[in-house]
Amino acid sequence: MSSAFLYTLVGLGLFALGLYALIVHAHLLRKILAINVMGSGVFLVLVALAKRTGEVRPDPVPHAMVITGIVVAISATALALILMLKLTAKTGHARLPDDQRESR
Amino acid sequence: MTMSDYLSATLLITGAIFFLAGTLGLLRFPDVYTRLHALTKADNVGLGLTIAGVAVQAESWAVVGKLLLIWVLVLLAGASVAHLIARGAQHRGIHLWKR
Amino acid sequence: METITLLAWAFDSLLGLGLLWLAWQSLASPDLFKAIVLFFAFGLLMALAWVRLEAPDIALAEVAIGAGLTSALLLAVLAKLRATEINDDTTEPLENVEQTFRSFQWFPTVILLLVVAGLSYTVLSLPPYATGLSAEINTNIENSGVRNPATAVLLNFRAYDTLLEMLVLLIALLGVWSLNGAVLQSKTAPGLVLDTLSRLLAPMLILVAAYLLWVGAHASGGAFQAGSILGAAGVLLLLAGWRLRPALTALPLRLMLVAGPAAFIAMAVFTMMIEGQLLEYPKQYAGILILFLEIAATLSIGTTLVALFLGGRPSNNFPSNDFPSKDEEHK
Repeated sequence: MSSAFLYTLVGLGLFALGLYALIVHAHLLRKILAINVMGSGVFLVLVALAKRTGEVRPDPVPHAMVITGIVVAISATALALILMLKLTAKTGHARLPDDQRESR
Repeated sequence: MTMSDYLSATLLITGAIFFLAGTLGLLRFPDVYTRLHALTKADNVGLGLTIAGVAVQAESWAVVGKLLLIWVLVLLAGASVAHLIARGAQHRGIHLWKR
Repeated sequence: METITLLAWAFDSLLGLGLLWLAWQSLASPDLFKAIVLFFAFGLLMALAWVRLEAPDIALAEVAIGAGLTSALLLAVLAKLRATEINDDTTEPLENVEQTFRSFQWFPTVILLLVVAGLSYTVLSLPPYATGLSAEINTNIENSGVRNPATAVLLNFRAYDTLLEMLVLLIALLGVWSLNGAVLQSKTAPGLVLDTLSRLLAPMLILVAAYLLWVGAHASGGAFQAGSILGAAGVLLLLAGWRLRPALTALPLRLMLVAGPAAFIAMAVFTMMIEGQLLEYPKQYAGILILFLEIAATLSIGTTLVALFLGGRPSNNFPSNDFPSKDEEHK
């Protein structure tokens, strides 16, 4: 198996791990962490597939997209974190209001 | 392999040994202060040897300068952060480990 | 040669397993602080993976933003959260988190296994060799004004992506500002070491940012990496207790924030008028126009990242609309 496909599978694994954590955790900070891990998985798939060029330099278009994506990810994370803080200030708990699970 | 290849291989392997020792210390030492002590060995000497090993292969003096700059920055940041962590631990009342 | 490929393969497998293991540990950790620290380590390993995938530009962005700034942001928010959250009977002991995560939940697990199986099948059935757009980029890079392919894509071939991305950053910041205000006075003295460190490092980081911006035309680097280094310098200064003078947080700060988007929009209009195509530069001026856009973008990205870290619209006489501590709100 070439290293491109190895890293693609790792990316898929990260995506799945993040998705699982997103579903089972009730605490919103954990959900935000999980979404970040999912994002890293997607980035890894994109860049690993760009390396299927053999001996030549990898395709730079996905590289540029991932660089953009990293910056978008941190701005979305920052907004999500502030929303979470506001919700916690209002309800006292960092979980969604209709979520009945414990939230540590 | 040329002479400089052997030299940088030796330096890189020695550096890696320091990193290994530092990591072992981080995992096995009993409290935060001794763990910091172990880490500084890896950061300072281990990275210094790694930088020296890479610098031997450098194409120009400008590259050597950049590599040295990286080492100095890590020394500065590492020492300061180690101090901050130790001070934070002391403020929280974590006592020195005694056998 | 054979041993080298074998070693490389072993290293890639180890790195992949390390990534998966760290992500698992971070997401399953009962302690949120530990989870964030593990996430930081995960980001550093991701940077190694980018280097292995011959993407040093991404590695730089990942170390500065994906690992460094995201973790700093998460830790800062965690500290505020600890002051706001209330602990009552509905919160269960910490050990339960790990049990929830590791205990077998059949419904999500089955769905996820199906998703992963489908995705793996799709990915593995892709052709093993595909050049994508590298051939087109190699033939056109002479005309792009820069020699680093990633910069050429970001600032020339697909500059509209970057234009929209600058707007996303600005909108995210507007969202944060509309939700929350931040008091601009620092509460605690930083201590001698942090103060000295910030005095030594901040000018150095600004120099590194300028270097990365310049070198991005022909090697790894560019506006995003430079902007994130600038952001890191700003966060360090904030942590060390430095604050802007009130006069500077009004109009000058806002001008810095919109410099990038404004430059991109102006350039889009200008190129529409000159060349008739959105962000299609006149060939002989492409290099200098790209540098101009990159400088504006770097300043805006850096400032926006610091503003996001501050977590609210800066104000000096804000009547503690910051997050109330639990004593004030939930008595």
